[in-house]
Amino acid sequence: MNFKHKYVFLLPGLIVLIGILIFPIIFTVRLSLSGWNSFNPGLDFIGFKNYVRLFTDDPRFWQSFFRLSFLAITTVFLQYVIGFALAHMVWKDIKFKRFFRVLFLIPMMTTPVIMTVIWRTFFHESLGPLNDFLSIFGVQPPWLSSPSLAKVSIIVVEVWQWTSFMFLLMLAGLLSLPKEPFLAAAVDGASPFKKFIYVTFPLMAPISIGAIIIRLIEASKIMDTVFVLTSGGPGTSTETSSFFIFIKGLREFQMGYAATASFTYLIIMIISLTIIVKVLTKVLMKE
Amino acid sequence: MKLKTLISALASVLLIGSQVAHADKWGDQFPHIAATGDIPGMCSYESMSKKDYSGRTLTINTHAIPVMGEPTALHAEQFEKLTGAKVEVTHTPAGDLYSKAMVPFQAGQAPYDIVFGFSNFINDWKRYLAPVPQEYVDQMDGVSASHKAIASWDGVMYQYPVDGDRHYLKYRKDVIDNPEMQAKYKADTGNELKVPTTWKEYGEMAKYFNGWDWDGDGEPEYGSAEVMKKDDLMYAAFYSRSVAYAKNPSTPGGFFFDLETMEPLINNPGFVEALTDWVDAVNYVPPGGINFGLGDEINSFGGGQTLFSFSWDDAFVAAMQPDSPISNQVGAAQLPGADRVWNRENGMWDAKSNQAPFFVWGWAVGVAGKSDNKDVAFDYLCFFANGANHQADIGIGRFGVNPFMEEDFKADVWTQIGWDKDIAQSYVETLADMEKSTNRVFPLRVPGTFEFNSALATGTAKALAGQLSPQAALDEVYAEWVAILERVGADNVRDAYAVGVKMEDNEL
Repeated sequence: MNFKHKYVFLLPGLIVLIGILIFPIIFTVRLSLSGWNSFNPGLDFIGFKNYVRLFTDDPRFWQSFFRLSFLAITTVFLQYVIGFALAHMVWKDIKFKRFFRVLFLIPMMTTPVIMTVIWRTFFHESLGPLNDFLSIFGVQPPWLSSPSLAKVSIIVVEVWQWTSFMFLLMLAGLLSLPKEPFLAAAVDGASPFKKFIYVTFPLMAPISIGAIIIRLIEASKIMDTVFVLTSGGPGTSTETSSFFIFIKGLREFQMGYAATASFTYLIIMIISLTIIVKVLTKVLMKE
Repeated sequence: MKLKTLISALASVLLIGSQVAHADKWGDQFPHIAATGDIPGMCSYESMSKKDYSGRTLTINTHAIPVMGEPTALHAEQFEKLTGAKVEVTHTPAGDLYSKAMVPFQAGQAPYDIVFGFSNFINDWKRYLAPVPQEYVDQMDGVSASHKAIASWDGVMYQYPVDGDRHYLKYRKDVIDNPEMQAKYKADTGNELKVPTTWKEYGEMAKYFNGWDWDGDGEPEYGSAEVMKKDDLMYAAFYSRSVAYAKNPSTPGGFFFDLETMEPLINNPGFVEALTDWVDAVNYVPPGGINFGLGDEINSFGGGQTLFSFSWDDAFVAAMQPDSPISNQVGAAQLPGADRVWNRENGMWDAKSNQAPFFVWGWAVGVAGKSDNKDVAFDYLCFFANGANHQADIGIGRFGVNPFMEEDFKADVWTQIGWDKDIAQSYVETLADMEKSTNRVFPLRVPGTFEFNSALATGTAKALAGQLSPQAALDEVYAEWVAILERVGADNVRDAYAVGVKMEDNEL
């Protein structure tokens, strides 16, 4: 096989890559330099007008970005802690181990939108079962009407839905760990706590970083939960970047501006995640 | 001559006889129209049964079930049985109806033969829709003139009339007209309990009747159910609350903008007063009421949870259905007014009583210009709105089909489906008075309508959530509207807005 044949075999994959990855990005960049809206559909060229507007005259975009950062970091941290704890629990020889392993995976297997509708009913302030129960104790929290509680509600739904994913990755990691370090720790008489801190946690660091990054990428796209649960409200208190871009693009039909916000968001996420990976690697794998 | 008259009369009797026979036949076959049977016309069951659309597939994008989605699907099924056509119905949430059609429209495609939306889409959609053929327009004798005008642009009809919507006040008659409640309210507040004629009275009564069990069902009731959820038509609810304070008959030339200068009026003291009232309303809606969309409002008022409601007919019709706990216990009235109205010409309040109906219009439907099935599509729409279907549909609250035919404004239509005579009378009078009013407001039908309304929804939602004061929220909306005008072009907006202003100023 000569050198050129390699390229022939690479060609189909390359075409697919260009079609589904490169072209949409190039088109988004081109769209972001246009004023495409409901009245002027078309790829006219308006230079960097949309970017100037985004960076100098749109606090709503930046507010939604910082809100997203808060929601993503909080939910992923909680998912990691709970997921790791649950995985650690069923990693040991406990009764009904298989049952619990399947049980903890169920939330991930449900459809997010459907589950969010059920959660919305659950949180419904006058007809929902949660407040019905809490009224026994004389409290009826405004789960979706208060800006701070609405964020809490979103966090609860996200953590419930996606902790399973973290659990799955952490359990797979735990099951693949070598036995020798644990035997050595046992011979040295290490307590379970010390075993976890000095053996399990460091050994799990590479898997933890991978799991956290995968979840951060996913969490930074929070859209369906916000859309169904709060529609970004009350006010704009639960709007995230994806929701903002959705509103600008598909509700207000400012396609050019939505592309600008979308591309800017992509760049910010690439930079942020690169920094996060480096920081996590430095912190969790220092030894 | 006498013989000719006799023959003519005999022919009429035979014709009526044959129609009755058809009515029985079709009424038996299609239970939906059992009450009326078929009603003769170009698109009746009888007429449609003579068409053969076997092998043709019609695609429709409509709203989610039940509002408008349910009648679309039901009539699609009936149409299939009658004509042999295959009808594929897609259901879409209200907020996505615009974009789901607009994206392919702008790309030069027609993924659906028929697209449902709201009547204020007309300016953006008209270039992609096929005009309604004259033969269909000619048979719309019963459609009110205002609705024919609404469905048209520059004299060309683009939207097939299937629904007519207005916002008006709905109230619990069993409370407001109850002498015991009236005495209790008088004793506690010193005021008369009556149908509120101002938004201030509305707020006072709603607050008084908020959070206690005033109908003895063991559950607390609340003051008012309103559409307050962002991006769920809340902008329309805000306009309804604003018209009393900001639509001054003495200052023609625009409600949303000053037509001459295209200066947005959205943050003038009239609108700010309305938003201040609305922020106060957060205190008398049911728990979670700040997140109520239209469906929640219909269920809340229709289910007997609140004293008042204002918006589309659906909540009223739902409340009047036989299975409703408050059937025949509700009343209809004009939207509340105000004791003063803002005069934008002299920059002062005019101390006078003011009331203005808000014609929200409502559901609209068109046929894609690039559709290959225009003939089938227009026949379907004509069938959807035929006499028998229309009469059956308007009596079902969840269908979202509301009066737009002259016939609908007669009390008999409603008493036949079980409404009390005085309620039916007050209902049709409320609707008819709105038609007669000379101080009406119509929704924005300009390029970029969605941007204007979305900016308003965002601003008012921030005020309702306590993120901004009413003035600051509307100042933000003003700034956004100015930016939209710059992007879309003030002249483009003015040209379209002028049509609505002419209607508001009674020049059309």
